[in-house]
Amino acid sequence: MRIALAATCIADTLFPGAPRATVRLLERLGHDVVYPRSQACCGQMHINTGYVDEAVPVVRNHVQTFAPVADGEWDAVVIPSGSCTGSVRHQQAMVCRRAGLDDLAATADAVAAKTYELSELLVDVLGVTDVGAWFPHRVTYHPTCHSLRMLGVGERPLRLLRAVEDIDLVELPEAESCCGFGGTFALKNADTSAAMLADKTANVRGTGAEVLTAGDMSCLMHIGGGLSRERAGVGTLHLAEILASTRSEPTALPRARSGADSVEVAR
Amino acid sequence: MSTFLGIPGIRRRSDGATGGDAPDEPFGPVPHPDEPLRWGDAFPAAAKQTLRDDQLRANLGHATRTIRGKRAAVVGEVPDWEALRDAGSAVKEQVMADLPDLLARLEENVTARGGVVHWARDAAEANRIVTEIARAKQADEVVKVKSMATQEIGLNEHLADEGIAAIETDLAELIVQLADDMPSHILVPAIHRNRSEIRDIFRRRMGDAPEDLSDVPRELAMAARAHLRRKFLSAKVAVSGANFGVADTGTLAVVESEGNGRMCLTMPETLVTVMGIEKLVPTYDDLEVFLQLLPRSSTGERMNPYTSLWTGVTPGDGPQEFHLVLLDNGRTDVLADEVGRSALHCIRCSACLNVCPVYERVGGHAYGSVYPGPIGAILTPQLTASSGGLSGSDDVNSSLPYASTLCGACYDVCPVKIDIPSILVDLRAREVDADRSRSAVDPWRAAMKAASWVMSDGGRFGVAGRAATLGHALGGSDGVVSHAPPPASAWTRSRDLPAPPKQTFRQWMAEHEKDGGER
Repeated sequence: MRIALAATCIADTLFPGAPRATVRLLERLGHDVVYPRSQACCGQMHINTGYVDEAVPVVRNHVQTFAPVADGEWDAVVIPSGSCTGSVRHQQAMVCRRAGLDDLAATADAVAAKTYELSELLVDVLGVTDVGAWFPHRVTYHPTCHSLRMLGVGERPLRLLRAVEDIDLVELPEAESCCGFGGTFALKNADTSAAMLADKTANVRGTGAEVLTAGDMSCLMHIGGGLSRERAGVGTLHLAEILASTRSEPTALPRARSGADSVEVAR
Repeated sequence: MSTFLGIPGIRRRSDGATGGDAPDEPFGPVPHPDEPLRWGDAFPAAAKQTLRDDQLRANLGHATRTIRGKRAAVVGEVPDWEALRDAGSAVKEQVMADLPDLLARLEENVTARGGVVHWARDAAEANRIVTEIARAKQADEVVKVKSMATQEIGLNEHLADEGIAAIETDLAELIVQLADDMPSHILVPAIHRNRSEIRDIFRRRMGDAPEDLSDVPRELAMAARAHLRRKFLSAKVAVSGANFGVADTGTLAVVESEGNGRMCLTMPETLVTVMGIEKLVPTYDDLEVFLQLLPRSSTGERMNPYTSLWTGVTPGDGPQEFHLVLLDNGRTDVLADEVGRSALHCIRCSACLNVCPVYERVGGHAYGSVYPGPIGAILTPQLTASSGGLSGSDDVNSSLPYASTLCGACYDVCPVKIDIPSILVDLRAREVDADRSRSAVDPWRAAMKAASWVMSDGGRFGVAGRAATLGHALGGSDGVVSHAPPPASAWTRSRDLPAPPKQTFRQWMAEHEKDGGER
């Protein structure tokens, strides 16, 4: 399959490990991965903060970049992010229509129909749950809100993780509760966000996991930022980074700040 | 504040200076506001206050977790739950589409069965109508069934100003009233109180509470029961809200759990019901859908304990005079909005509050409205949009649509499938657009404009990414930034920020492609 990768703006710039692992994983499974260089961002941050006018050029760029998938140049678009996939599927066409761009909206719908979040692509389109990964560590999984509720990925990520050789997958208590990120919510309502985060990190720490994983780097940036501040000794990895790990090319454990000294508790 | 008979004293509206001043008023964290739909600070500041209350967070965490579990269990056992939600949503959509006709039909049928229908454009009109009815009956006391509509218009405070004491008879609403407090939940208005606080409130405010009253729930309930029984027996006028009004028959419905509603609806000679105009259903059969959806969603019960239905006046049985006040108070503005109007589908079950991770931490008072939580965040700003002469960020209610992470838990549980996250996003866009004409420098707008320019072009985005990698060294030896300057300091107050990587993905991919990929 020829698969176009939308790396997401946040991972492209701050967390390149996630899209790199997506490329390695898909190539290992025998697929061609294309990275259209005109891509930048899906527009979700602008839309969800209310700046819909400002989102229009961002959305237009995304839709035009990935429009070839609608003509069959690629078989699918993959995004290693639940919330960006959600924005493509549920918001981009709305933004175009609101701006009176009906043709662009139609293209957006066509692109969205062939756009998949990573676990959806693997399980539904490529039909694999055992991707041949090896990751001998204790891991807990946070089902990010947009993966869980907007996309409804359900058990797919867990099925993929359970098939990883030697993984010690432990359940996260109150897993379905939001971590408090919410994009600009984390800045606009920083105190409330921090209170939600404190409960999430406490639950993560309680699992004794070495690694927290999820399908969304933005949520992982948030929870990881809290765990780091608490020096919890728990690192974060994107789902793709665990699935890309093999015996010959293992993914290293992420650097995790730990230690009881000079802990600043997030509250 | 209370007489020897335990009648709450006539409450004056707070002018902001009272509430907590007198030694007798320690309970109410929220002085009674002039506007029940717009009080206090904007959400972020109000939440910052309530987050400091550890007792509140403990009470809320415990209560919402319990009720979430109950709801999930009884919803899970209904095989056609999703079909029921679809049906509820469809009925409400039809109601909104046909509202003028349905209202006229309701009026016709209520009138034909001996009731009197009043139309109230806003809170002031509704309050005036109820006051005049109570006055005509020479009542200086009315008993009340818990009602969001009367909370919304501040009826109790208005009646108090007119010398009429309104007695709340729902247990939790009574607790809130005795404490001179504001409700913090639609269904469980005293959810922010634990039982020892309730014991203290009863002892100091009820007037006829036993001196050795303990904080055992049964004892507390029995004290309230004895207190209220006297009220039911003496009241000449009752005021209620309505959960549903059936257009085809003129039947009104109130669902409740304690039997206090049944007392109010049957014992006094005169009954006044204040109902929002959106509470209609077209036919009696439609109740079948909602009487399944509502109890399971709200209290986590399979069937509602007390469902009272009445149609006009029945000679010799129940109230012999019945008034129905149909309340608009901003609803037609909401109805006119294509996206926002589904907020009017709400049946006040409060399931969205109980699953909301924001509500669970901050509590209801942070929303500055009698409608808190996710539904409040979409309903309140819409109801008040055209009142008060404020727009955009000048209106504290403009902060409400941002009081959500858009996690979507509210949409999942809503029995009438209100897409709360999408409406929140739409309302945010409206608030932003309302501020666009302003000349003042808005740092958010400036940042969003700049980000839009960078993020709408792969070339510019690539350059920005490369520039960011120059900040790699900021992370020091452990690769994180713990103290960033404003505005990023809002982030680093409680979380570390990763330093940018040495190489963006785009740069890596260019090298990877040059190597011909892996194969």
